[in-house]
Amino acid sequence: MLVYEKNSLSDEIEVLIEKFGKERSALLPILQIIEKRHNYISEFAQQEVARLLDIHPVEVYSVVSFYNFLHRYPQGKNIVRLCKTISCDMAGKREIEEALKRELGINFDETTRDKKWTLEYTSCLGMCDQGPAMLVNDKVYTKLDPETAVQIINDTK
Amino acid sequence: MEAKINKTHREGAVLFSPYDAGSSIKKALEVGRENILFEVRESKIKGRGGAGFPTATKWMLVAAAKADKKYIVCNADEGEPGTFKDRVLLTEYPDLVFDGMVVAGYTIGAEIGILYLRGEYIFMLEQLEDYLISMRQNNLLGKNILGKEGFNFDISIRLGSGAYVCGEETALIESLEGHRGEPRNRPPYPVNTGYMGYPTVVNNVETLASISKIITKGADWFKTHGTEKSTGSKLFSVSGDCKKPGVYELPWGTTLNELIKIVDAENTKAIQVGGASGVCIPKSQFDRQLSYEDASTGGSIMIFNESRKMLHVLKNFMDFFVEESCGQCTPCRIGNVKLLECVERIEKGEYTFSYINSMKDLSRTMQVASKCGLGQSSPNPFLSILENFKDEIFRSKENGVSHA
Ligand SMILES: Cc1cc2nc3c(=O)[nH]c(=O)nc-3n(C[C@H](O)[C@H](O)[C@H](O)COP(=O)(O)O)c2cc1C
Ligand code: SF4
Repeated sequence: MLVYEKNSLSDEIEVLIEKFGKERSALLPILQIIEKRHNYISEFAQQEVARLLDIHPVEVYSVVSFYNFLHRYPQGKNIVRLCKTISCDMAGKREIEEALKRELGINFDETTRDKKWTLEYTSCLGMCDQGPAMLVNDKVYTKLDPETAVQIINDTK
Repeated sequence: MEAKINKTHREGAVLFSPYDAGSSIKKALEVGRENILFEVRESKIKGRGGAGFPTATKWMLVAAAKADKKYIVCNADEGEPGTFKDRVLLTEYPDLVFDGMVVAGYTIGAEIGILYLRGEYIFMLEQLEDYLISMRQNNLLGKNILGKEGFNFDISIRLGSGAYVCGEETALIESLEGHRGEPRNRPPYPVNTGYMGYPTVVNNVETLASISKIITKGADWFKTHGTEKSTGSKLFSVSGDCKKPGVYELPWGTTLNELIKIVDAENTKAIQVGGASGVCIPKSQFDRQLSYEDASTGGSIMIFNESRKMLHVLKNFMDFFVEESCGQCTPCRIGNVKLLECVERIEKGEYTFSYINSMKDLSRTMQVASKCGLGQSSPNPFLSILENFKDEIFRSKENGVSHA
C-alpha cells in the first residue's frame, strides 16, 4: 500500500470513529463500513481501527475473521451470495449456480480477474417462499431462473 | 425479482388483524406498568423466537432489577432455515413491532431499545429508519413520550454480519458489544447481565408484535386463540413442496394435516418443523399439533413430497451446522463435522450399523454437552431423519445397498 493511500485510510477511519464513538461496541459498525467501501478490511485497516479504539489488533482480527460478511482479503466490487439452504435448493438453486459460474467464468468462493465479481454461498436468506434467492451486494433477488439471474448480473455491471 | 417492501393484504386473527399505529403505547401509558405486567402474565404468552420462555417472567425480572440502565433488544436475526415471518412483520407491520418495543421499554424502565437486524435484511434498513423518524415526529419516540412526563425512549438499529449463531441471545449481545458472536455461559442470563452488563430483555420480533395486540385488546381476548398452554396465534413460515408457500397466521394447536391442506401440498412425505434445528415428522404423525406442548417451532415449516431424498435434506442441514457452529465448544465444533461425515458415508454406502449407533450416541452427547442451543439442537434432524426414514435410507438401492 502506498503511503498516501495509508494516510487517507487512516483519515477515513478517524472520521468513522468520530461518528460511531470510541467504544468497543462501535467496532462492528465501523468494520461494516470499511468492508463496504473497500471490499475487504486490510491488515493495515485492522491495525488502524485497533489503534484508534485502543484495543489489541488481534481483537479486531478475531472479529473480522468471525463474521461471514467481513473479509480479510480483497473481494470483488460486487458480491453475489446464493442461498444454499434446502428450500432454495429444492426450488432450483442448482441451475442458478451453474449459470452464474458459466457467466462469470469462476467457481464459488472465487473472484473474477477484473475484481468485479465474487461468488459466495450463503445460509438461509429468509426468502424461502420465493426461492431460489440471491443477495447481490445489499439487494435481495427472488424467484430466480438462470436467465434472470444472469440478467441481474449484467445489469449490475 | 428484487425484494422490495410492499404491504400485501393479509388476514389473521391476532397479528394480521387491524391495528392503529401507536395505540398500544397510548394504552400502556394510561394503564401503567403494573397493569401491563398483569396483562402480559395473564395472556400466558411465551417467546416466539423458538425457546418459548414466558415473556412476563423475563419482563418482571428486569422491571424489578435495580440498575442505572436497562435495555430492550429486539432479536431480528431471523436465521433459522425456513423462517421468514420476521421479515414480513418488519416490512409490513413495523408499527406492531416498534410499538411493542416502546411498551417493553416503558414497562421494564429502559430508555434505549436496539433492533438487531440480520445483515441479509439490509434492504429494509432505510424504510425502517424512516419509520422510526416518523415515530419521533409523532412523539411515539423521544422525550416525554405522548406527554408522559419522564418517559424517554428511543430505538436504534444495528446490523449483523452474516452469522446465524448471533440469533442466540448472549451471542447477539456479544456481537452488539463489538465481539465475536460467541454464546456465553448461561447463567447469568441477559435479564441480570445483558448488554454492557445491564439488565436486558431480549425478545423476538413476533413476541413484541404480539405484545402490542395483548395491550390493546386484552389478555382474555388473546387467550381465546390457541390452546390452554400455547395461547394466541403463531406466524408460520411455510416453504418447500406446496402450491402456496408464505407466512400464515394460525392458532396454536393447528395440526400438520390441517396445515398441508391450507397451503395446498400434495404427496407430502415429511414436514420439518422448527427449521434445521427442529425435527422431521413423517406422514404417519401428521395428526400432531403445532404447539409448545407438541410439535414446537419458532415458525419454520418445510414440506417435502415423495420425490425428495431425505438423506439429501439431512446433508443440507448438517452442512449448515458445520458452517454456522461458532467453534467455541468441542461437542458442537467436532460433533457436527462427524455427523456430516456420517451422512456422506451413508450416501456412499460405507457404513456399519455399529458406526451409525456410535454417531447416535455422539448426537445425544452433543445434546447435553454443547454450550448453546445450536449444538444442543443440531443433532435433532440427524436423529429424527435417520429414525423416521430408515426404510428409505437404509433399504433402498441407492446409498450402496443392493437387494439383488
Ligand atoms: C443458535 C440460535 C439461534 C437463534 N436465533 C434466533 C433468532 O434468529 N431470532 C430469535 O428471536 N431468537 C433466536 N434464538 C433464541 C434466542 O436465544 C432467544 O431465546 C430469543 O430471542 C428470546 O426471545 P423470545 O423469548 O421473545 O422468543 C436463537 C437461539 C439459538 C440457540
Ligand atoms: S454449541 Fe456450537 S454454536 Fe454454541 S457455543 Fe458451542 S460451538 Fe458455539
